[in-house]
Amino acid sequence: MPRAVIAAAHAWALPSLKSLGKGEKAFCGWDEDAITMAVEAGRDCLRGAPQGVQSIVGLNFASTSAPYADLQNGAIVGAALRLPESRGSADFAGSLRAGVSGLSQALLDSTPGDRLVVAAERRSGKPGSTQEMLYGSGAAALLVGQGEDVIARFLGRETVTVPFVDHFRQSGEKFDYFWEERWIRDEGVSKLVPRAVVALLKRLEVPIERVAHLGFAGGPSGSDKLIAKALTVAPEKLLPDLQAQVGDTGAAHPLLQLAAALERAQPGEVIVIACFGQGCEVVAFEMLRAAPSIAQRGLTASLARRIEESAYLKLLSFDGAIDLEWGMRAETDNKTALTQFYRIADQILGFVGGKCASCGTVQFPRFPSCVNCGANDSQTPFPLSGEPAKVATYTADWLQYSPSPPLYMGLVQFDIGARLLMEMVDIGPGGIEVGTPLTMCFRIKERDRQRHYDRYFWKAVPA
Amino acid sequence: MASGIKDKVAIIGMGCTRFGERWDTGPEQLLTEAFTEALADAGIERKQIGAAWYGSAMERSVGNSAIPLSTALRLEGIPVSRVENMCATGTEALRGAAYAVAAGAVDIALAMGAEKLKDTGYGGLPTLGKGNYADLWMPYGSAPAGFAQLAAGYRTKYKVSKEDLKRAIGRVSWKSHQNGVKNPKAHLRKAVDMETILKAPMIAEPLGVFDCCGVSDGAACAIVTTPDIARALGKKGLVTIKAIQLSASAGREWGTDQWDGSYVQNTRNAAKAAYHEAGIRNPREELSAMEVHDCFSITELVTMEDLGVSDDGQAWKDVLDGVFDADGKIPCQIDGGLKCFGHPIGASGLRMVYEHYLQLQGRAGPRQLEDPQLGLSHNLGGVPYNGVCAISIVGQEGR
Repeated sequence: MPRAVIAAAHAWALPSLKSLGKGEKAFCGWDEDAITMAVEAGRDCLRGAPQGVQSIVGLNFASTSAPYADLQNGAIVGAALRLPESRGSADFAGSLRAGVSGLSQALLDSTPGDRLVVAAERRSGKPGSTQEMLYGSGAAALLVGQGEDVIARFLGRETVTVPFVDHFRQSGEKFDYFWEERWIRDEGVSKLVPRAVVALLKRLEVPIERVAHLGFAGGPSGSDKLIAKALTVAPEKLLPDLQAQVGDTGAAHPLLQLAAALERAQPGEVIVIACFGQGCEVVAFEMLRAAPSIAQRGLTASLARRIEESAYLKLLSFDGAIDLEWGMRAETDNKTALTQFYRIADQILGFVGGKCASCGTVQFPRFPSCVNCGANDSQTPFPLSGEPAKVATYTADWLQYSPSPPLYMGLVQFDIGARLLMEMVDIGPGGIEVGTPLTMCFRIKERDRQRHYDRYFWKAVPA
Repeated sequence: MASGIKDKVAIIGMGCTRFGERWDTGPEQLLTEAFTEALADAGIERKQIGAAWYGSAMERSVGNSAIPLSTALRLEGIPVSRVENMCATGTEALRGAAYAVAAGAVDIALAMGAEKLKDTGYGGLPTLGKGNYADLWMPYGSAPAGFAQLAAGYRTKYKVSKEDLKRAIGRVSWKSHQNGVKNPKAHLRKAVDMETILKAPMIAEPLGVFDCCGVSDGAACAIVTTPDIARALGKKGLVTIKAIQLSASAGREWGTDQWDGSYVQNTRNAAKAAYHEAGIRNPREELSAMEVHDCFSITELVTMEDLGVSDDGQAWKDVLDGVFDADGKIPCQIDGGLKCFGHPIGASGLRMVYEHYLQLQGRAGPRQLEDPQLGLSHNLGGVPYNGVCAISIVGQEGR
């Protein structure tokens, strides 16, 4: 959404927001959150994983906006990514540093195996606030491990931890509260961040001249330039702050910047990523070889996949800031039978159907008997999330309740033969037709507005 | 193959309430209204009813046991069953009663279907959800969204333009509105011009408001017995049941690539079995009238092909040519159909048979067709790719 749209909506009361009305911010659909974005980032990352997911021994999930306070968010992310059940799993939260903390914890773990690190934020700013203008939503994932496939070598980490309360959000609250920006910048960022970076480079015996890519997140916009100046790093070595296209994605931001660095760095160059938050946590890498051009979308291509939205009320509604009258159909009780959910969790979260050993038909859902030939217990698990598909039938439903009407739905025909009724999203101005190519994405299927256990499943998007 | 029940069961009395927004009428009154008409029509006493089947589909409208029926009609001390099979519920009630008579288990049985949709608070069918298996993955579309997908499949397969198909389905509704005007028991009794139909607000693309049937309250019932008992009761010119058949989805249409979205397999299955049971070889030539499940206009259009009265890919032309108009080759929805009656789920199947019953006896007033012999009724429950279909055929005895 162009920030000018938001500023214009508030101009009657808050004309000063116009000064922030540049560029655009990424915001979540009603059916996206830190979990769904983490899954999408993780899927993109693992498209380039040489050993697939079987080598993964741990998943670190980081967010300050994760949907669940008690229920490991990473357990859902990992199930959607079909990671081995024997994996370790930890959620990192509580500070914008959480993304870098999750990454460095994985990097510092010297036990064998690969680890996936995902940071995701669905950030909300109070309507009319600076945060509403500047915050964005997004996720980034990195695969950490040893061996010949490593593209960047971890050099080290440094931390400074102090009780500097630049902003906070008490548990259960929706919005952040900030102290004065000048104090944060001059007394916090400008003093604490260079201290950590200098200490790290000194310990690593890396001269500052070798730093080719410097990223900074967690502070007021523009403070990356102050840090570069303090460290005598040329401004052109700063990684993009992504304000023009995304906004500040909180704990995910340093990982987005690292992804940007990995897409551009040349062998031998040093990358430094610093994140502010109750001090500073900074990590450094040396690029070993250029990232292979593989199936990954990465940061650049993800930014190119955009749907421009100019209805500010839609942003408010998706964020729950306004409650529209959706009528009686929105009253449906979406209580989930958690017993049933667990029995078929691989089907629902992992989108794992079945393939019949008798007739070869790939199918979803995976019932005890085959949909085509009726054979009993003949199916082996068959994941569908990566399979190409096309529209077989569709309609745009204006009667049924959807937080983003109309509800597009229809039969999705996978090239491999499976077929099921699915919701179709992110249709865009081009619309869809029978035969339109589709890919799968992980989304919230329904929200339980009474108990707040949301159902996740997969939806189809035009490829 | 089984010999079936052709001419083993006669209908000796039927009743049907006025369908509509019966704000001042409770389910017990609807049930009584239909039953009173049927008893008088049959010329029997309540105590002669040996068993009853009650069809009602919505937990939240009339109730989910036999008790609402047995209490409303004071059917004391006899077997009363409740049956439910989505939109095929009314025909299921008739099937239960007819089978009991054909089996010799009872002499006279009652089949009743009723629904108080206007007690649910919804325009259209209520939204349901129990958090079970399907709820975890299946998108909740509305009923029109389920059937609207037939339009995408049909026009793709037969290369019909969006505009031509929209005009054809509009013509389906136009025709039913023309018929409904003549029926005092219909909910909607107003002719609607094509332009209004085509320009109506979109419900589920390409279905506009006038492509959707009404939502109403109603009840209909049938009293059935053997032809011998009917004759002993003094009945002449008997209307007998020729066939009742049912087909339910097992997942193939929406779980494999073997369905192209342009037809309803359950209708084809049930029609084939029903024609066999009734001894019908050429439905286009032999059927006198049809009451089909026009929940949405596109449904009626593809049903013409599924029933074999139109060739595949030709129904849209037959519709535009007036083949199914009141004065066409095979009148369809001569009573106004679901389009004008609305669709109180449990009642619809029996309401359709009621129209044939009147027509076969020459009692249909201004809607009366000339010398009808066989009438087909068709219900579809669920959605085209995952549902149930019930077909019943009634006609003159010996036909």
